[in-house]
Amino acid sequence: MKKVNRFLTVLVFLFLYIPMVVLIVASFNTGKDITQFDGFTLRQYVRLFQDRNLLKLLGNSLLISVLASFTATVFGTVAALGIHGLSPKLRKAAMTLTNIPMTNPEIVTGVSLSLLFVFIGTRIFGQRNCLTFWTLLIAHITFNLPYVILNVMPKLSQTDASLTDAAMDLGCTPVQAFFKVTLHEILPGIVAGAIMAFTMSLDDFVISYFVSGLDFVTLPVEIYSYTKKPLQPKIYAMFTLLFLLILVLMVAMNLIQLYGDKKKAASRGAGI
Amino acid sequence: MKKVVCVILSVLLAVSCLVGLTGCGSNDDQITLYVYNWGQYIAEDDDDSIDVIAAFEEAYPNITVKYSTYDSNEIMYSKLSNGGITVDVIIPSDYMIGRMIQEGMLEKLNFDNIPNYQYIDDTFKNTAYDPENQYSVPYTWGTVGIIYNTKYVDEADVTGWELLWNDKYAGKILMFDNSRDAFGIAEYLLGYDVNTTDEAELQACAEKLAEQKPVVQQYVMDQIFDAMENEEAWIAPYYAGDYLTMAEENPDLAFYQPKEQGFNVFIDAMCIPTCCQEKEAAELFINFLCDPEISAANMAYLGYSTPSSAAKDYLDPEIAGSRVAYPDADTLKAASSFNFLPEETSRYMESLFMEVRNG
Amino acid sequence: MKRNKSVLLSAPYLIWMVVFTLIPLGVVCYYAFTDPSSGEFTLKNLRELNLYWGVLGQSVLYSIVSAFICLLLGYPVAYFIAHRGPTAQRFLYMLVMLPMCMSFLLRTLAWVGLLQDTGIINNILAALGFHRIRMIRTPGAVVLGMVYNYLPYMILPLYAVIVKIDHRLIEAAEDLGCNGAQVFGRVILPLSVPGILSGMTMVFVPAVSTFYISQKLGGTDTVLIGDVIERQFKQGNNPNLGAALSLVLMILVFVCTGIMNRFGGDSEEGGVIV
Repeated sequence: MKKVNRFLTVLVFLFLYIPMVVLIVASFNTGKDITQFDGFTLRQYVRLFQDRNLLKLLGNSLLISVLASFTATVFGTVAALGIHGLSPKLRKAAMTLTNIPMTNPEIVTGVSLSLLFVFIGTRIFGQRNCLTFWTLLIAHITFNLPYVILNVMPKLSQTDASLTDAAMDLGCTPVQAFFKVTLHEILPGIVAGAIMAFTMSLDDFVISYFVSGLDFVTLPVEIYSYTKKPLQPKIYAMFTLLFLLILVLMVAMNLIQLYGDKKKAASRGAGI
Repeated sequence: MKKVVCVILSVLLAVSCLVGLTGCGSNDDQITLYVYNWGQYIAEDDDDSIDVIAAFEEAYPNITVKYSTYDSNEIMYSKLSNGGITVDVIIPSDYMIGRMIQEGMLEKLNFDNIPNYQYIDDTFKNTAYDPENQYSVPYTWGTVGIIYNTKYVDEADVTGWELLWNDKYAGKILMFDNSRDAFGIAEYLLGYDVNTTDEAELQACAEKLAEQKPVVQQYVMDQIFDAMENEEAWIAPYYAGDYLTMAEENPDLAFYQPKEQGFNVFIDAMCIPTCCQEKEAAELFINFLCDPEISAANMAYLGYSTPSSAAKDYLDPEIAGSRVAYPDADTLKAASSFNFLPEETSRYMESLFMEVRNG
Repeated sequence: MKRNKSVLLSAPYLIWMVVFTLIPLGVVCYYAFTDPSSGEFTLKNLRELNLYWGVLGQSVLYSIVSAFICLLLGYPVAYFIAHRGPTAQRFLYMLVMLPMCMSFLLRTLAWVGLLQDTGIINNILAALGFHRIRMIRTPGAVVLGMVYNYLPYMILPLYAVIVKIDHRLIEAAEDLGCNGAQVFGRVILPLSVPGILSGMTMVFVPAVSTFYISQKLGGTDTVLIGDVIERQFKQGNNPNLGAALSLVLMILVFVCTGIMNRFGGDSEEGGVIV
């Protein structure tokens, strides 16, 4: 049984990573076709750094997704705590509301949000240019929120309420009890939600397309509009760099954590 | 764990703020010009081609261009009609220009600011979509024909649009995934007018397209490039300019224009929408793109044809003399362009096409 | 007192969601029931839906199949990860998440390169002297695309739940004479139901409305409802029909997730998801 599990896990990871390997290899290819490797070159990377647009758009994408996922995580966690304490009927209604943006096809959300923003912007604020960075951010927070809530809620229902009570009995204020006990319990859910939100934001095209103005555009919006011409190989180079960046960030995060755990264990050991 | 998350988040935040800020820092007398174009539809700094936008900004240092892109005429249209944005220059296709003129979405151009308009050939003036040349200046044009792979396709079979129905090549034929272009081909084949609104004729076209479905490998648009280059498919209808790009990768590809049956010619032209705020700068930009030398450099990158004969002098003679990119006048007589169809008709066509696709 | 605080905490969120999701939903309804040319009230769009029931059924079928395959593949992986040491756990968790950060479009295009008739897999097969196999443009390729793209959304919630299962429960079951299979069937599996439900929802919902995968990996017969809706906005110039279609899709998704949660028992956790 264990062997089967291990084997399956290896297979699944291969399955998840083979397409990425294909793209990474393609970024070093002299030819344009990803199915044939003609020869090794770094030309695509040179081209990428010569491009004045792509890197800026990538920066825009990172900015929006970090801000949106961060806001959505804080906002969503607070909301999840609130929803958790609601009466079952209200809770059900709140969760239904949460599911709507997930089920609504993105293009519908995009078009209707943009209509809403334009209506508010032009009628109420009298702005001509009302699709900006801020509308994009609001839209991203909106579609990120359900992912945070859906990840935090199951953790909250797994959390033992008596733990919080115990903490308060021991003299914690409710706020302290939250930070010392509840937050610790639900943190994995929050992290999962934050990461899902980040990835959703980073990769969103359809909604971003409709709610962004021409001032602030993100990378996927640009890439998806390459329909008149085939994809340029320098995009693969950017994919590879982004892959490495995220990989390094994640490994660093793991190492810092590992270091922290060791220190904690050491100080605990010293205490005894 | 908590601390780590905080650290990571703040680092990310700081990095992205820096990235975001570097884009700022504008000047007060600086004009920002918003240009909205198809994706990858202007020459950029890549190998030996010039960066057209950078060249423009160099020529007019007080103008900064904000360039962004769309992937279809309809998407651009819905974005503009939703409102809430400022756009100064757009480059839609012929039939969409017709529609936007009709709906009052375009500004009349002041041709005093566009002296280079004189270089545009007469063939591209007084078009059906803009009969009085008030709203648009042609950017590129091209024809639709059949691209086929000479390695697999018998020349004797290349007789006209019926090649796309030939079951000898079943499973290796690609077709437009776009009702207007797909119906256009059926209309040429059946000898109807491409701008027909007759429902019986459209019905007949739909039947013809349904007949074709079993031999079609896939309904596609941009995937045609890869599929034709690596021989996943052998026959596809597409644009002459793109054929030239594909033929560079795969020399076995050939291009055929069904002269007897007729074929589509498209024009993408530069316009100024009514939400424009910097009309004069927009006209300067349009004028700049009409400059023969710039137009030639631009077309060398795009592969499509330039509407200005003066620009051809700056082109590689091989391309300028190419019969694919610049068919002779006799062949061009067989070409016709799409006009804006009444909404009822285009919706009817779309629903017929969906029936074909889903049936 | 506690209830009041909960209301206070959730109120901003609820107001936010009402403004930014219910109002757009209202816009969808408005479009769905008006005529595209005249703007008057009509049921015409709903009548036109008749053409699309087949497509809708196909989308639901593909996404349910994908969700189950994701569960079958994802469960052992989540279980495996949950039973590693803390460092390995974190590392594997990261490996599951990483693909989600990369462009969905590009990863799908990579599958096109792998699966097509002249693609990488077939080239390898041909080089080894085997026949080329037809993989792309089949329903299987579409399901593969869905499974590939949404598998992490299944693994992560499953892992989160499995890792929390109290080990003492398993020991107790073993002490009471359960064998491995029984422990799994009677203790572990029932305890992971919330994760299963949440994973199924997170795979099924995006899969049923996806529009890119089927265009790239599917054939002429594998049109999905997401494609049709996207078309109405992009080329079809008929947002009203698009809105009507998405309204139907939304109702359908709610019905499906509702049924799914019924299956999971109307437990507290089940109620969390819908």
